[in-house]
Amino acid sequence: MLEIKCPYCGKRSQNEFSYGGDASIKRPQLGEEISTEDWDNFVYYRDNPRGKHSELWHHVSGCRQWFKVSRDTATHEIFDTCKMNEDFNV
Amino acid sequence: MSNSFRTTNSTGLINKDKKINFTFNGTIYHGYEGDTLASALIANGVHLVGRSFKYHRPRGFLGVGVEEPNAMVQLHDGNKSEPNIIATEVELVEGLKAKSQNCWPSVQFDIGEINNVLNRFFPAGFYYKTFMWPKSFWMKIYEPFIRKAAGMGKAPLLPDPDRYEHNYEHCDVLVVGSGPSGLASALAAAKNGARVILAEDKPNFGGSLLTDEVTIGNMSGKEWASDTISQLKSMPNVILKKRSQVFGYYDHNMTVMIERVSDHIENPSKYTPRQRLHYIRAGEVIVSTGSIERPISFGNNDRPGIVLASAAKEYMKVYETLVGKKPIIFTNNDTAYSTALEFIKNDIEPIIVDTRDSSNGELVKEVQQKGISIKFNSGIADTKGHLKINSAIIGKLDSSKESFISEETVECDCICMSGGWTPTVHLSSQAGNKLKFNDDIDAFVPDKKRQKETAIGAANGSFTLNQSLAEGFQVGFDLSNKFTDQNNPTNSPNSNEPSYEKHEKLWCMPLPSGKKPKRFIDFQNDVAVSDVELAIREGFRSIEHVKRYTTLGMAGDQGKTSNLNGLQYVSKIEKKIVPEVGHTTFRPPYTPVTIGAIVGREVGNHYLPTRKSPIHTWHEENNAVFVAAGLWQRPRYYPMGSEDMNSAVNREAANVRKNVGICDVTTLGKIDIKGPDAPEFLNRVYTNAWLKLPVGKARYGVMLREDGMVFDDGTTSRLSENHFHMTTTTAQAANVLSHLEYYLQVVWPDLDVNVLSTTEQWSGIAVAGPKSRDLLSKLFPDVDMSNEGLPFMGLVDSSIDGIKARIYRISFSGELAYEVNVESNYGLYTWKKIMEVGQSFDIQPYGTEALSTLRIEMGHVAGAELDGRTIPFDVGLNSMVSQKKDFIGKRSLSKDAFTESDRQTIVGLVPLDKKTKIPEGSHIIEDNSAVAPIPKLGHVSSSCWSVEYNNPFSIAIIKDGKNKIGKNLYAVSPLKDISIPVEVVSSHYVDPEGSRVRS
Repeated sequence: MLEIKCPYCGKRSQNEFSYGGDASIKRPQLGEEISTEDWDNFVYYRDNPRGKHSELWHHVSGCRQWFKVSRDTATHEIFDTCKMNEDFNV
Repeated sequence: MSNSFRTTNSTGLINKDKKINFTFNGTIYHGYEGDTLASALIANGVHLVGRSFKYHRPRGFLGVGVEEPNAMVQLHDGNKSEPNIIATEVELVEGLKAKSQNCWPSVQFDIGEINNVLNRFFPAGFYYKTFMWPKSFWMKIYEPFIRKAAGMGKAPLLPDPDRYEHNYEHCDVLVVGSGPSGLASALAAAKNGARVILAEDKPNFGGSLLTDEVTIGNMSGKEWASDTISQLKSMPNVILKKRSQVFGYYDHNMTVMIERVSDHIENPSKYTPRQRLHYIRAGEVIVSTGSIERPISFGNNDRPGIVLASAAKEYMKVYETLVGKKPIIFTNNDTAYSTALEFIKNDIEPIIVDTRDSSNGELVKEVQQKGISIKFNSGIADTKGHLKINSAIIGKLDSSKESFISEETVECDCICMSGGWTPTVHLSSQAGNKLKFNDDIDAFVPDKKRQKETAIGAANGSFTLNQSLAEGFQVGFDLSNKFTDQNNPTNSPNSNEPSYEKHEKLWCMPLPSGKKPKRFIDFQNDVAVSDVELAIREGFRSIEHVKRYTTLGMAGDQGKTSNLNGLQYVSKIEKKIVPEVGHTTFRPPYTPVTIGAIVGREVGNHYLPTRKSPIHTWHEENNAVFVAAGLWQRPRYYPMGSEDMNSAVNREAANVRKNVGICDVTTLGKIDIKGPDAPEFLNRVYTNAWLKLPVGKARYGVMLREDGMVFDDGTTSRLSENHFHMTTTTAQAANVLSHLEYYLQVVWPDLDVNVLSTTEQWSGIAVAGPKSRDLLSKLFPDVDMSNEGLPFMGLVDSSIDGIKARIYRISFSGELAYEVNVESNYGLYTWKKIMEVGQSFDIQPYGTEALSTLRIEMGHVAGAELDGRTIPFDVGLNSMVSQKKDFIGKRSLSKDAFTESDRQTIVGLVPLDKKTKIPEGSHIIEDNSAVAPIPKLGHVSSSCWSVEYNNPFSIAIIKDGKNKIGKNLYAVSPLKDISIPVEVVSSHYVDPEGSRVRS
């Protein structure tokens, strides 16, 4: 069980959180003309890196805030966590 | 023969003043307080405890603790029965009942032993090779046969009556194992102010200090251990846990420990848990788990009476028990000589067989000074004795040590063997530590750590006491310094122990001349040297493949005594060095864990939390049959008298159509949405338009996922300019909230909107049916309930007996209907009030079944249709999709597959005979005489008995549904062998114009 530092609440066990996928994905603008391929890339296609991964987590059994986690997908090492409007320090 | 194998000294840890009676295989024995089942049986001369897994060979004790591969027993009877328990780990308790397993009719005479006679027909990979053909034999003949022949103990068939608990702990430093290095590190860390947990698997702290003749400072090792424990006990920052095994090391320094709380207590109090599972999140973990002695492979090295030398010593020193009175010590190193000396202390002269040419170790000299001659350059070639060893064939090794030059038979009643020591690296390895091979000790030791874990002492390959203590004090201080600023180091005391000479790299004896007895490596899984040879001969090279093919190290003991010997043998045959062969993966749990302990208190009603509406007690009092809707308990129907479900549901549904019904809809998800951008947000979340919804009005909305699939639906009302009340389905309530939070916090943080769940704050009561208006007019005389006063999709605030109530005119049943919302605390009162006033209108409560019937007849979609695989078009909601604005998931709807002209869509089905109910999940096909594979047009999502037309009716989603209306198709369920001719009709079976809701 991972130990994740919520930027609002501090360190908590993984069972308080739910995973939210790749944090680098940007939703296309509303009303934007977009090709099917680009749209499919947004909806379906994700990188599956071995190593550092920037991802979203939701403190669903806590403060209910979404935030960013920089995690190694192979070792589970967490390098940093930050609020949505912040950038990682490392 | 009662306790005839007890020593006469009383320097151990058993209390000979307290007798404990127990039963083994039906015979009553006694042991003493402090005994294990193993030590008590050995004291009574019982070595034969079980039969091996494959060949059913008689087996006895090999070890004294967790390393034991043979002595697995079935404990207790009935619902407390527990299989595969290691007898060396069971503390004796009055009335304990144990029996051998894997044998029939008895452990002395076991029919399965025929496998041993036929063993040349059961080589490694036997099952893989033999039962391959013919394929059809597998399920009916081979598999049941193997199941019967294999297996260890029997799992109890009754529910576990015991209580198990979970506990969460945090500490700065967790020390696993209380031998010299563990005690030293715990003391150093604790004295430096860190919060320390010290875990010991055994009932006594001290590890090897309980059996080794050493001095630390001016005390014996045993005294120092007890003194250190007293110091630790007095410190408030220390938790000491014995009978506690840390069996798993997971991510981010999460370790899991099983504590045997009351297994050793005769009559534990009612609420004392049997075992407790501790989740310990440790800042740093010190792995001081010691080492396990290695056996030696030689002919018939598995007979009862053949034990590890260290086990024999511990039985003598801790349990005051002799494993035999005519011992042979067989070793490739010095440590076994301490076992020899312990026998000598008990006036027994052992025969000593040493593979080495000589040794000048202090213990060896001491033995020689006592006048014992040592057979150097010798090994054991074979043994005899069916149910218990009675003699050994000792051979003189040639210079290459590949064969014997002479052999002699020697009588004995036990062999105490030692092949050196393997550091217990399991936890470090589980933590991700890449192990390295240490050539000096011929074993793997921890190397590059991935987590905050540090191995010390024997677990780190540091086998001398001085090293262990020094590492312990240093590491305990260093690691604790990360958590405290006291900077208070503790000095390591001087210690004294005998010096040891090096072991010999020899773990497998040559075969005796002219014979090929089995030389076992893995006792529990019956893997012998010849099996490893066969695997390699057949081309298995990777150690992971050799393991799986031979099952070496795959038994319940996870190869604690066999892994390294197996590796060593593979490397010998392959002529590779061990690090090139590599090692197999260590995985949790280190020792077997009771399933009950893993489950903890989450059994029965506590398996999941239960959510009850504030009206729940009324439902109970009124005979409701409940159904789980997620975590909620909802009334399914309310049978009257001897009514069955179908009649109750039909009565409830018909009464809504005819009079008025009342339904508890508290479980619907409710979300309060506030903020200046709330209308814009809803406009993006829902497929339809929201900007112009007037205050005081509700609107039905559909929301999609980005992939275009319908996510949820419900009505949302505008309470004021910037304040909305959203409802969701019961099932999706939590997911919708997370979804909204995601878009507000991640995607559109510029929107000024707040969302909050108010599901538990409101109690919702649906009042539906043609008489609902009259009933509500009577309940709320101040409210104009006419179509003009409160039109369909309108809402109004009022009160009932001073309780604030909000009345929505919304309908799921398709009838004229209202939903009364009050604060949860008043839900029950309001419900009762409506029931009371409703009597004159023939009101009846209806449950979820009638609710379903009513909505299915009307063609209203619910979870069965909104199953995550349907777009709005598929479920008849295309009119809800705005063409003018963008919203979540809109772009997906224009994808090719979603716009095909024969896209699936929702229809109604009526069986041609108007009688046969169509099972939900049935497939829809065009031609039921076609040859398989028959194209499937779609499936039946919901079925009911139409109370309006008195015949079955179903909703289905089928390909090109619109153009199939009026046609006859078949609903088939191949599993149930059902084929029903049906007519396709509109999904809006009752009141397709929707006039009733607006009446």
